Amino acid sequence: MLDLTWLLIAVPLASSAFLLLGGKRLDPWGHWVGVAASGTAFLVGLVALIQMLGLDSHDRAHAVHLFSWIPGGELNLDAGLLVDPLSMTFVMLVTFVGTLIHLYSVAYMEHDPSRRRFFAYLNLFVAAMLLLVLADSYLLLFVGWEGVGLASYLLIGFWNHKPEYATAANKAFVVNRIGDMGLIIAMGLMFTYFGALDFDSVFAAAEGASTAQLTAIGLALLVAACGKSAQFPLQSWLGDAMAGPTPVSALIHAATMVTAGVYLIVRSAPIYEGAPAAQTTVAAIGAFTLILGALIGMAKDDIKKALAASTMSQIGYMVLAAGLGPIGYAFAIFHLVTHGFFKAGMFLGAGSVMHGMNDQVDMRRFGALRTAMVTTWVTFGLGWLAILGVPPFSGFWSKDKIIEAAFVGEGAQPWILGGAALIGAGLTAFYMSRLFFMTFHGKARWTDDQHPHESPALMTVPMIILAVGSAFLGLFLAMGDRFTMWLEPVTGHAEHHEPVLPVAVIMIATLALVALGVWAAWRKYGVADVPELAPAASLATIAARNDMFQDSVNRGVFERPGTHLTRTLVYADAALVDSAVDKTAGGWARTGESVRKTQNGQVRSYALTMLVGLVIVILVVVQGGL
Amino acid sequence: MSFVTPEIAWAPLAPLIIVLGAAAAGILVESFVRAPERRRVAQLTLALAALLAAFGTAVVQWAMLDGAGTVVLADMVTIDRQALAWQVLILVFGVLGTLLFASRTRAGEEAFTPLGSVAPGSTEETLARRKGFQVTEVFPLALFAVGGMMLFTAVTDLIFLFVALEVFSLPLYILVALARRRRFLSHEGALKYFLLGAFSSAILLFGAAFLYGATGTTAYSGIAAGLTSATGLDPLILAGAVMVIVGLMFKIGAVPFHSWTPDAYQGAPTPVTAFMGAATKAAATAALIRVVYEALYALEWELSLLFWIVAIASMLLGTVVALVQTDLKRMLAYSSIAHAGFILVAFAGFPDGALSALPFYLASYGLATMGAFAVISQVREKAEDGTVLGEATRLGQWAGLGKRSPLLAGAMALFLLSFAGIPLTAGFVGKFVAFAAAISSGAWPLVLIAVIASAAAAFFYVRLIVLMFLTDVPEGQEDAIEIEFSPYARTVVILTAVAVVLLGIVPGPVLSVFENAGVLLLGAAG
Repeated sequence: MLDLTWLLIAVPLASSAFLLLGGKRLDPWGHWVGVAASGTAFLVGLVALIQMLGLDSHDRAHAVHLFSWIPGGELNLDAGLLVDPLSMTFVMLVTFVGTLIHLYSVAYMEHDPSRRRFFAYLNLFVAAMLLLVLADSYLLLFVGWEGVGLASYLLIGFWNHKPEYATAANKAFVVNRIGDMGLIIAMGLMFTYFGALDFDSVFAAAEGASTAQLTAIGLALLVAACGKSAQFPLQSWLGDAMAGPTPVSALIHAATMVTAGVYLIVRSAPIYEGAPAAQTTVAAIGAFTLILGALIGMAKDDIKKALAASTMSQIGYMVLAAGLGPIGYAFAIFHLVTHGFFKAGMFLGAGSVMHGMNDQVDMRRFGALRTAMVTTWVTFGLGWLAILGVPPFSGFWSKDKIIEAAFVGEGAQPWILGGAALIGAGLTAFYMSRLFFMTFHGKARWTDDQHPHESPALMTVPMIILAVGSAFLGLFLAMGDRFTMWLEPVTGHAEHHEPVLPVAVIMIATLALVALGVWAAWRKYGVADVPELAPAASLATIAARNDMFQDSVNRGVFERPGTHLTRTLVYADAALVDSAVDKTAGGWARTGESVRKTQNGQVRSYALTMLVGLVIVILVVVQGGL
Repeated sequence: MSFVTPEIAWAPLAPLIIVLGAAAAGILVESFVRAPERRRVAQLTLALAALLAAFGTAVVQWAMLDGAGTVVLADMVTIDRQALAWQVLILVFGVLGTLLFASRTRAGEEAFTPLGSVAPGSTEETLARRKGFQVTEVFPLALFAVGGMMLFTAVTDLIFLFVALEVFSLPLYILVALARRRRFLSHEGALKYFLLGAFSSAILLFGAAFLYGATGTTAYSGIAAGLTSATGLDPLILAGAVMVIVGLMFKIGAVPFHSWTPDAYQGAPTPVTAFMGAATKAAATAALIRVVYEALYALEWELSLLFWIVAIASMLLGTVVALVQTDLKRMLAYSSIAHAGFILVAFAGFPDGALSALPFYLASYGLATMGAFAVISQVREKAEDGTVLGEATRLGQWAGLGKRSPLLAGAMALFLLSFAGIPLTAGFVGKFVAFAAAISSGAWPLVLIAVIASAAAAFFYVRLIVLMFLTDVPEGQEDAIEIEFSPYARTVVILTAVAVVLLGIVPGPVLSVFENAGVLLLGAAG
């Protein structure tokens, strides 16, 4: 079955093409083809997983050769798949969560006239994402990388009849291009330094490469990861990406695609091993983004945007862990998996709320929904407990380990990184509780025409399954270090290091901060009345509401100077380059005109030309030859 | 002293004998078949049959050729794969040219004057036209030219070189003078061509005399041996070598021996321009290869200066002056001068690769040339009363041709792109192999200039494409142009267009044939 893993990519891709090309006659049942394709991919992945579990842990990396892709002179690259525990983890996450979200979408998109197209794009995304994680070379990974970018663009702008949604799609695309450029530069550097792009050769060559080379590659890869995973400073697109249908936000912009950056960093571990500076930068970016996202999340009233800020913050945790080296890799991926479950579950819950509230997203108009939507409340609540890191729910097992690992090290670094992770946990508890209480508790602040009701079973069943995962998956995978052992062939064995603070102290401090955050949120949003309009607020809150002015910064720092630069260049192009070209051309024409005059029609002057020419060449040759 | 009859291997000469024999037979047809229309049919049939038979024979020769080739006539004529490749190429041009010679307008008007021996505009001319006279001698004349060119590619002796040169040049002088319209222009072009051709023949003979004086022989092998054994270089040898080469460069049309080209190209009947442009260049290149590689190879270092100067001058002048031309045939004439420069680039440093690159280059160039002039022959001016006049060769008249005739305009665009050396056309592959040969001998600065010249030349080729497709027919000019329909000319256009595309996309088979042709049978050095 491991050799048939190409089916994982081929089936959804074929289904996507089928749905796109099939036309309107597929409308009544086409979405079930999409669900079946995703489900088939899951089953293939499951069989492959079972087979892989039966192998000795050292034999679990399996290479699948597909075809000779680029047989060039200096670059010979085959297209192939690398099936190992890391890629298999993603395969299971993507196909399992993906299939649930496909199911959910059948009901969620029921009244949308373009449901078939929606499923075609979802399938395209699944195929591209699986190609991304299964590729055995950076170049093939890049194909998947661009594929998920395309699917993300298409789905954010799915309702592109609204101009601001189309703009959001464009924004996501443009910001992602910056990240893509980082990946392209990284590949260029790899080709220059190592002459190869496949993982095996690059990682083998990385051992003998200089620190400077590896740092350059590592930083370029980090730019790519920041773009795809919405990390500072390329985070601005994620909030706007919530313009897409909510299942898209759940699958692409919470559970899977946005974690591709974390995958890229963990996959490139051998490169970062030789580049401590790049590694520290990764951790610093992660720590900064996790605080930034949490602060933004505290001020958002739009439920989806608050969740998006939370996603940014949680991925910050993963990037931080990935930047810690071997002690963090496994926990980065572990948190990625648990986050995939509870965040997808909460997004689906948010979708369910919107479904019952006429697509309202303003949490100030929610409240007291726990009675109207019991299933949504319970499933969302389990996700909430998980993200808070309350034991024994999933998030506790993964996030707590990251905080612990962040405290490992020497000098000021563990205090800064660990402190950020610790404070982040408290902030997370506050903003997630705020979201939860504003939505499900307190007084009802519904508008008159809203009659909240529970969603149909097609929507609640996936939510329930994800909630079960949010509750128990972490415990299941953490027992006996199951997950770290599983990933060990890829991430390497991590030496045990003692944090600068005792583990118990860290754990108690974390839980105390979490409790503090929940208590503060309960006081302000659970007990007290929540105003229906956002009240006037301090400068800090306004900044957070405006995503820390990221768009203004981007506009002032990049867009304006960029516009001026292009204008200047256009002017210079016209004044210097064009006129130089025109003048040269004019010069040629004038030369032509004057030479043309020698062709005067007089045969005697022609003969004279020949004679003079002959004499000249004879003289030249005789002079030169003797 | 007794005269020894030379051994002659007749079989390898078969293609040549067929062509020249048919030419002689054509003269008899001229005398005995009285009715002009029947005579025309007979001449056309004879010419095509002879050319195709010669083509078949040459192909059989190629297949049966043992080893490198055969010395046919002592040291004078050699039939090797190189010669056969060129002969086949010239025969292809001959067949296409004959088809163009036979093409007529819808009104039954030919490209040639009804009576060559009368003054333009005289009453005799009017009478001849009314009586339906035809100059059917053009077919035997073309056959003589083809025969001479075929011989030209195989001669290995300076005397015989001169004989072959005159055999193919004299019919061409006459053909150039036979245009039906603009007869003064035609006469002027022919006279200039003849005078300058005579001048260049004299230069070639002069050079041959010098070489004979220095080495005591006119055979290439003897000259080569003489050059290697000579102690110190005699200015006479160098001057002689340069003059012989210059005589051949005249036929190729390289600067500063190019002056005849624009006038002859413009004045000649378009079918003759097509044939001459393609075949003369090929034959002269073939002869130049033999002279340079078999006789003068020892002077490589000294002569490279000559090739560099002439190649650069040809590329620059051809390109620059073509930029400002307003007449299509003159523009293509200057383009042919630039191409002469590109051909000479391949000679720089005398690389082995040139022996296989040049036949391909000339094949691609010749096919596109024949196709382009075939298109020109089909685009006619039309008077206000609807009578079709001569060819519309002013550039402006081609505006909007893409709408009038997509087939002709599309084919023309293809030929122009091939001239410019755009990939996926034969011209690109031709330039590529020719320049690669030059680079292999280290002449990269020359190739650099050649590439720049190609880029500049693309301007006037593309300008015509823009004119044909992106410019509208000028107001009031809608009825000023008539697209003629001659099955012969259309056949040539389509065949050459297909060939240009095929050679551009799958050049492999033809390249490998020419690869085999890239070996010269060196005569036994005396």
